[in-house]
Amino acid sequence: MSRPPPEPVQVVKHRRDAALKALVEGVPYIQYLGIAFERRGDELTATLPFDDKLIGNPYLPAIHGGVTAAFLEVSALIELSWSILWDEIESGRIDSDTLDPTTLPRMPRTIGFTVDYLRSGLPRDAYARARVTRSGRRYASVMVEAWQDNRDRLIAQATGHFLMPTRDG
Amino acid sequence: MSDRKAEIARKFIEAIPHCNALGMTLNEIGDGMAEITMPYDTRFVGDPVTGVLHGGAVSALMDTCGGAAVMSHPKSPAATATIDLRIDYMRAATPGQTIRARATCYHITRNVAFVRAVAMDDDDENPVASAAGSFTVEQATKR
Repeated sequence: MSRPPPEPVQVVKHRRDAALKALVEGVPYIQYLGIAFERRGDELTATLPFDDKLIGNPYLPAIHGGVTAAFLEVSALIELSWSILWDEIESGRIDSDTLDPTTLPRMPRTIGFTVDYLRSGLPRDAYARARVTRSGRRYASVMVEAWQDNRDRLIAQATGHFLMPTRDG
Repeated sequence: MSDRKAEIARKFIEAIPHCNALGMTLNEIGDGMAEITMPYDTRFVGDPVTGVLHGGAVSALMDTCGGAAVMSHPKSPAATATIDLRIDYMRAATPGQTIRARATCYHITRNVAFVRAVAMDDDDENPVASAAGSFTVEQATKR
């Protein structure tokens, strides 16, 4: 019995990048805020490029607290959806090349989301990484952190609880 | 006095670029209470299949409304910033309907203001989301 040869790296990367693209590009609000996701293996980093329309305090100026909350919530939801999607595409149950908003598995729904504001968001790009701390059949919990210039100086952190999508397609 | 404070708060809210970007309108403000509306917009959709608004847009509305309530409180000197905000989503907002948030600053100390808020669509009886948060109270003596 010999093992099957490993998949070519381009095939693996293409599959994962196509799935992530389908997941992110289908959501109008993510496009409106200009949030993009970078992938290394299964690890995602979200970027929120600064734009004047994100300003909440024109005198400082600072990013609107609501934008920070939205950025964290988008990052948490995509991380959770991505973790669901990952298993589906890696197992071959879903073909990433045919994915679009109508064929994607349904997204989890936010039950509650709590944001702690630690520093004011400066007029520059912000980054976020989320971690699924619990993923069950019905409920999931996600922690997320956002920062700007220094990874250790968070501008905000949040936890969210989500209702998992039902598996009936 | 209170009217003047409400007027300052109104000017401040109306000058916020992100609030204009989301199409927010300040309906009512004064004595620690504020009401802000945000019309439905397909650009702010979170679920392309159902057309339901993204929770993040509702968060932005709740945050703004909470801040406005704090600014209009008789004991609040002026500007404020969010310390924390917790939002519970009770149901999906009905696609096509305007979201209306109402926030109350129910307690204020020298340093912290406490706020509760609800968001509704056309069905007033069943709120879309509720929020609780704390905000900073900026000391007027700073400048």
